[in-house]
Amino acid sequence: MSLMTEITIFVLAAFVGFEVISKVPTTLHTPLMSQTNAIHGIVMLGGLIVVGFADDGLEYVIGTIAIAFGAINIVGGFMVTDRMLGMFSKKPKPKAEGDGAGGQE
Amino acid sequence: MSALSQIPAAVLEPGGDAATALYIVAFSLFIIGVRRGTHPTTAKQGNMIAAVGMAVAVVTTLLLDGIGNWGLIALGLGIGTTVGVVASIRVQMTEMPQMVALYNGVGGGAVALIAWSEIRHGISLGEEIPLDELIPVLFAAVVGSVSFWGSNIAFAKLQDLIPTRPLAVPGQQVINAVLLIGIVVACTDIAINNDDPSQAIFIAVLLAAGLLGNLVVLPIGGADMPVVISLLNAFTGLSAAAAGFALDNVALIVAGTLVGSSGTILTMEMATAMNRSVGNVLFAGFGGAPAGGGGGDGEERPHTAIGAQDAAIKLAYADTVTIVPGYGLAVAQAQHAIKEVANELERRGVTVNYAIHPVAGRMPGHMNVLLAEADVPYEQLREMEEINPEMPRTDVAVVVGANDVTNPAAKNDPDSPIAGMPIIEVDQAQQVIVIKRSLSPGFAGIDNDLFYEPNTSMLFADAKQAASDIAAEIQQL
Repeated sequence: MSLMTEITIFVLAAFVGFEVISKVPTTLHTPLMSQTNAIHGIVMLGGLIVVGFADDGLEYVIGTIAIAFGAINIVGGFMVTDRMLGMFSKKPKPKAEGDGAGGQE
Repeated sequence: MSALSQIPAAVLEPGGDAATALYIVAFSLFIIGVRRGTHPTTAKQGNMIAAVGMAVAVVTTLLLDGIGNWGLIALGLGIGTTVGVVASIRVQMTEMPQMVALYNGVGGGAVALIAWSEIRHGISLGEEIPLDELIPVLFAAVVGSVSFWGSNIAFAKLQDLIPTRPLAVPGQQVINAVLLIGIVVACTDIAINNDDPSQAIFIAVLLAAGLLGNLVVLPIGGADMPVVISLLNAFTGLSAAAAGFALDNVALIVAGTLVGSSGTILTMEMATAMNRSVGNVLFAGFGGAPAGGGGGDGEERPHTAIGAQDAAIKLAYADTVTIVPGYGLAVAQAQHAIKEVANELERRGVTVNYAIHPVAGRMPGHMNVLLAEADVPYEQLREMEEINPEMPRTDVAVVVGANDVTNPAAKNDPDSPIAGMPIIEVDQAQQVIVIKRSLSPGFAGIDNDLFYEPNTSMLFADAKQAASDIAAEIQQL
């Protein structure tokens, strides 16, 4: 890819990002931050490429740590977001009267 | 990711059409996922869609022709996945914010490490490293390192490993400026000598950027952490995009940029919700001076203290009760106990609402998550702008572990450090009950005038204990 192609993609993606996030209810700020946080875990691909093509001792170590870090970012990020949102999506059961605290854990 | 052990049957040419097409599918799913993440009904689905996009991107990369060292890849993926799964299952709802900080930090760390290994790789080839590769690598290294260390400090502060109060270092701004200039000079040196850049200087850049990350976040108080984490999140996104430039990887460029720009908007929205600018958060050291305005250092101001029984009576005979939750509720894990109180009250025909300040707790939406966990119906969670006009008609406002977000000084005292911050106007309610451990100030480090109002009663106790006691007392009435 030429540098200019990459810059074109960069600028367009930046506008997409700005447009996609407009008028978010405050309630969703944290889950959304957490979700975008998981998405930048995509750097793990860089780690995979580094390790996948590495032929040097230290690069093995650096790359493997990078993969582990990226995987924590991705897996943890999406799972935590899902937990946060799961709490929202749970349909309020037909107004449970007596049994109060629904200890879901 | 589970099909790791088998050698892939079909291999994709790196940078070839098939791989690129799959990356396009992946980043499209990210965009759709984020889009859906902005609406309550579709948010969960959106997260799933983005996760699927991630799976596509990872599998595509693993299928690239020439990828080897499967053992190491499996090791990294195994460790990372295990840590990620275990951590996110075990984390308490109250600890979500620091979890996000931690995940953000490791993401930044990964970027910095990848940049390092790219530089090493470039040096080992012994050829001139093209600037359109070198400059993104340097950017990724610096920003990734700042993000890694900054996020770790944010995590440590939220986890109470280090004091949440602003830690001022003398000459702070000067040191930061010097570090930044040093980093720029060193990077320029590397770029000029791109035929044989010095790895030692590069490592020095990584370290200096790390130090800068520490120094920038340390002086920021706990109350501002959400904005900082969101900003660092955007930074990590940009550094991932830079890594994408270096690696010629379209998925990294789009996903990283998407996070960078959407994260910037989110950061500004959060800051606006707190009536602060991002610059203010980063450089002002909110509450740096002990007890800004409001007076009351040392001298005891008169207040009314009550017990659970009195509180129960006030609540039980009210028509409308508004509960104002804050971080104290989260710390005490009092959401279920509070819901019990609400149940008891509703059984007696009292209307119960929850007033949610945009930045109550440690993060926007923090309270909603906690209360939703306790099965509080979504309709009862009322936003600040919506509930404030109803305050004068509210019989009892119950403040549970919230402090600064209810401080009338924000409206009344132009000299207060929090002047102008929007608050939940509980002082307008007929009566106020504040459940709190002590009269100690909140994150802003200032006294809360609300506690000394004539219509305010203080119930000094742990939020959870107090709520259970009140629920029990109401039952007895």
